[in-house]
Amino acid sequence: MAAGVAAWLPFARAAAIGWMPVANCPMPLAPADKNKRQDELIVLNVSGRRFQTWRTTLERYPDTLLGSTEKEFFFNEDTKEYFFDRDPEVFRCVLNFYRTGKLHYPRYECISAYDDELAFYGILPEIIGDCCYEEYKDRKRENAERLMDDNDSENNQESMPSLSFRQTMWRAFENPHTSTLALVFYYVTGFFIAVSVITNVVETVPCGTVPGSKELPCGERYSVAFFCLDTACVMIFTVEYLLRLFAAPSRYRFIRSVMSIIDVVAIMPYYIGLVMTNNEDVSGAFVTLRVFRVFRIFKFSRHSQGLRILGYTLKSCASELGFLLFSLTMAIIIFATVMFYAEKGSSASKFTSIPASFWYTIVTMTTLGYGDMVPKTIAGKIFGSICSLSGVLVIALPVPVIVSNFSRIYHQNQRADKRRAQKKARLARIRVAKTGSSNAYLHSKRNGLLNEALELMGTPEEEHMGKTTSLIESQHHHLLHCLEKTTNHEFIDEQMFEQNCMESSMQNYPSTRSPSLSSHPGLTTTCCSRRSKKTTHLPNSNLPATRLRSMQELSTIHIQGSEQPSLTTSRSSLNLKADDGLRPNCKTSQITTAIISIPTPPALTPEGESRPPPASPGPNTNIPSIASNVVKVSAL
Amino acid sequence: MGAVMGTFSSLQTKQRRPSKDIAWWYYQYQRDKIEDELEMTMVCHRPEGLEQLEAQTNFTKRELQVLYRGFKNECPSGVVNEETFKQIYAQFFPHGDASMYAHYLFHAFDTTQTGSVKFEDFVTALSILLRGTVHEKLRWTFNLYDINKDGYINKEEMMDIVKAIYDMMGKYTYPVLREDTPRQHVDVFFQKMDKNKDGIVTLDEFLESCQEDDNIMRSLQLFQNVM
Repeated sequence: MAAGVAAWLPFARAAAIGWMPVANCPMPLAPADKNKRQDELIVLNVSGRRFQTWRTTLERYPDTLLGSTEKEFFFNEDTKEYFFDRDPEVFRCVLNFYRTGKLHYPRYECISAYDDELAFYGILPEIIGDCCYEEYKDRKRENAERLMDDNDSENNQESMPSLSFRQTMWRAFENPHTSTLALVFYYVTGFFIAVSVITNVVETVPCGTVPGSKELPCGERYSVAFFCLDTACVMIFTVEYLLRLFAAPSRYRFIRSVMSIIDVVAIMPYYIGLVMTNNEDVSGAFVTLRVFRVFRIFKFSRHSQGLRILGYTLKSCASELGFLLFSLTMAIIIFATVMFYAEKGSSASKFTSIPASFWYTIVTMTTLGYGDMVPKTIAGKIFGSICSLSGVLVIALPVPVIVSNFSRIYHQNQRADKRRAQKKARLARIRVAKTGSSNAYLHSKRNGLLNEALELMGTPEEEHMGKTTSLIESQHHHLLHCLEKTTNHEFIDEQMFEQNCMESSMQNYPSTRSPSLSSHPGLTTTCCSRRSKKTTHLPNSNLPATRLRSMQELSTIHIQGSEQPSLTTSRSSLNLKADDGLRPNCKTSQITTAIISIPTPPALTPEGESRPPPASPGPNTNIPSIASNVVKVSAL
Repeated sequence: MGAVMGTFSSLQTKQRRPSKDIAWWYYQYQRDKIEDELEMTMVCHRPEGLEQLEAQTNFTKRELQVLYRGFKNECPSGVVNEETFKQIYAQFFPHGDASMYAHYLFHAFDTTQTGSVKFEDFVTALSILLRGTVHEKLRWTFNLYDINKDGYINKEEMMDIVKAIYDMMGKYTYPVLREDTPRQHVDVFFQKMDKNKDGIVTLDEFLESCQEDDNIMRSLQLFQNVM
C-alpha cells in the first residue's frame, strides 16, 4: 500500500459503514490507537540545513531510518532536533520520498554518493520512481563497468601465478600489452602481414624488361625471392594460428570466430598451391586462389580497433544497407528494361539485352558515366536522362539517412531493449508490491490465528509477534477483516484456493459414502463458528498432499506465483495442532475418498467427474493401486 | 558529384520543412484539443475557509487540517474525479476489484452529481460517517444503496451493491464464492428489511429494521475513533 494513500485510510474505514447493514455477523473490534499523539513538527538538521516535517510523514515508512526509532540515536538533546552529518542535497530527495511516496534520482548527483546515502537512510534503490529509474540504472551500469575495467587493469598488472601456461598465452594474444614478449609477437605478426600484403601488390608490377621478351611482372622475374617471402609469411601465420588454437579456452568457439576464418583463408591458398603441382587444368583455379591472399589484410583488424568498429557498424547497419541495395536493384531493373526496349530500334546498339543494359543503368545512376554505352534514339536519351536524375535521388538520399538512421536506430534499439527489460522488472515490482500487501494481510491473519491458538494453550511469549505491524497496517487489516465478516468469506492465497477447489469437488462426490464429510462449504456457512469450520476442514487437509502435485502440474502458473509455500503447510499444520485427536479417526474415510476420485483419467479436470463411485471397493485391497494411481497422476 | 549531392541532401533533411500536409494539420489540431482539455482539468479548486467548514462539520480545526493535507497530497487540484477515487480505493483492496463499490461510493459522496468530489463534500460525508448520529449514518447508507436516488431500494440495486462488495473479495476466498451467494445474501437482507414485503425498501423501513438489529447498531459505532 503506497504511503500516500495511508492518509485516505480513515476515509476507507469510514466508507466501510456502507457494508454494515448488509452484514449478518458482528464485526471485529477495531485496533486501539494506543499511542495517539497530536501530530507534531520535528526538525531534522542535516549538516546545518534544517528540514521540518510532520512526524506522521516520516512514520509512513517504518522500515527506514527516519521512520523507525533508529533516528533517536541522532537526537540532540540540547537543540531538540535530529542531527545528521550527511549531504543535505541528497537528503532533500530522501525527504521528498517520504512526502510524496516517490523517490527521485537527481541527474547531477554522483551515483555512488547517492547509493551511499540511500543505504544510510535504509531506503532500497529499487523503489526509485519510473521517471528516474532508467537514468539511475544507466548510471549504475556505467559505474559498474568502470569498476570492472579498473579491476581488470589492476588484475592485469598483478602477477597471477594461478594461471596456467595456456591461459597466460591466451591473455598474451588478446592483450599484447601484458608482457614484452606479447608485444614483440604482436609487432612481428603485424610486420609480416604488411610484408605479405606488399608482396602481393608488388608481385604484379611490371618490373623492367628482360632483353628478348616482353615486360614481365616482378613476380615472375624474381619468382624465387617472392616465393621465399611468401613461404616465410605463411609459416609465421601458420605458427601464430596454431598457437592461438592451442591457447584458446574454447577451441570450438575459436574455430568458429571470424578472425580465425580469416586466418585460415589467408594461409590456405599457399598450402593448396603446394599440394597441387603444375597441373594445367587446375592452374586456373590456383590463380584464383591467390586472390584470397589479399584477405591477409583483414588480419590487421586484430591490430586496429577502428577496423573492428567499422565491421561492427556494417554488421549492425545491415538492414539499412540491404534496403538500399534492394531499392537500387529495383530501379536498375526498371530502367534497364526501359532502356533496352527504347534502344531496340536503333542499329548497332550496344544495348543487346536487358542484363547488358544493367551496366549502363548502374554507371548512369551512380553518376559515373563511363561513356562506353550511350543511348542513340531520342526515347533512349530521354529515358537515359530520367535515369541519371533518379539515380541521384535513389543513391544520394538514402546514404545520409542511413548514416543518421544508423546512429539513431542503434541507440533507440538499445533504449528499447533497456525499456523492455525494465518494463518486465517494473511489472514484476508492481506485482510484488500488490502480492506483498495481500500477503501481508494473510500473514498477519496467520499470526493472529497463531496468537489466538497460543492464547488458548497459554503461552504468552508469542503474543508480541502480532505487535510488529504498524498502526496503519493493523487498521488496514481490520478493514479487510470487516469485509470478510460482511461477506462471510475469508481471504486465502492461491494455493489454498486450489486445494479447496479439489476438496469441494471431491466432497460433492462421495456424499453418500462418507457421511462424516457431510459439510458442504459455502452453502450453510455459519460465519461466526470459525472453529467448527476448521475442524471440518481438517479431514481433507491431509488428502490433497497427493493431489496437490497433480494440481501443480495442471496449473503451472501457481507454481511460479507461489511465494509463501510455508503458509500452506503452516496452516494445515495449525489445523493439525488444533485438533490432533481427530486424525486417526478419519484415516479410513480418507482412503475411501481417495479410491473414489483417483481412477478418473488425469486429463479430465477434477471438477468434471461424473463417474459413479465404484461399488464397494475394500480399502485394504486397493491400497497398492492407490500408490500406483498416485504415480500416474503426478506423472502428468 | 555524388558527395556534393549527398551533403546537400543531408542539409535539407536536417531542416524542418513545414509541409502543408492535411495529416499534419489534423495532428496539430488534435494536439491542441488535448491540451485544452488538460488545461480544463488542471483547474484548481480551493475549499471554503477553515472556520466555515468547522461550523458545518463535526470536526475540529486540527482534524480538518490533517484531512486536508492528506486530500491535497493525493489530489493537488483540489477535486477528486472518479478515476482517482477508484485508484485510491483499489489500493486498500489488492485482492479483488474494488472499482464498482468505489463507483457507488463516489456517487454517494458526490451529492451534487457534478462528477467530481470537492473537499467540502468529502469532509461533509466523513463528518456524517464518523461523527454523525445513528440516524444520519443510516440515512447516508440508505443513500449509498439507492443507486438511482429515487428514494427506494429495490432488489436490483441491492444486488448491484452486494455484488460490488463481493467483487472486492477477489477470487481466492474460503469458502469458494459461488454464483448465487450474492443473491442469497440479498434475499436475506430483504427478508430482514422489507417489512411490508412489497419488494422495495423505503427509508423508514430501513431505519426501523436497522435500529432493531443489535449487530448493526454496534458495528455502526465501530469507527468512532478513526480520526
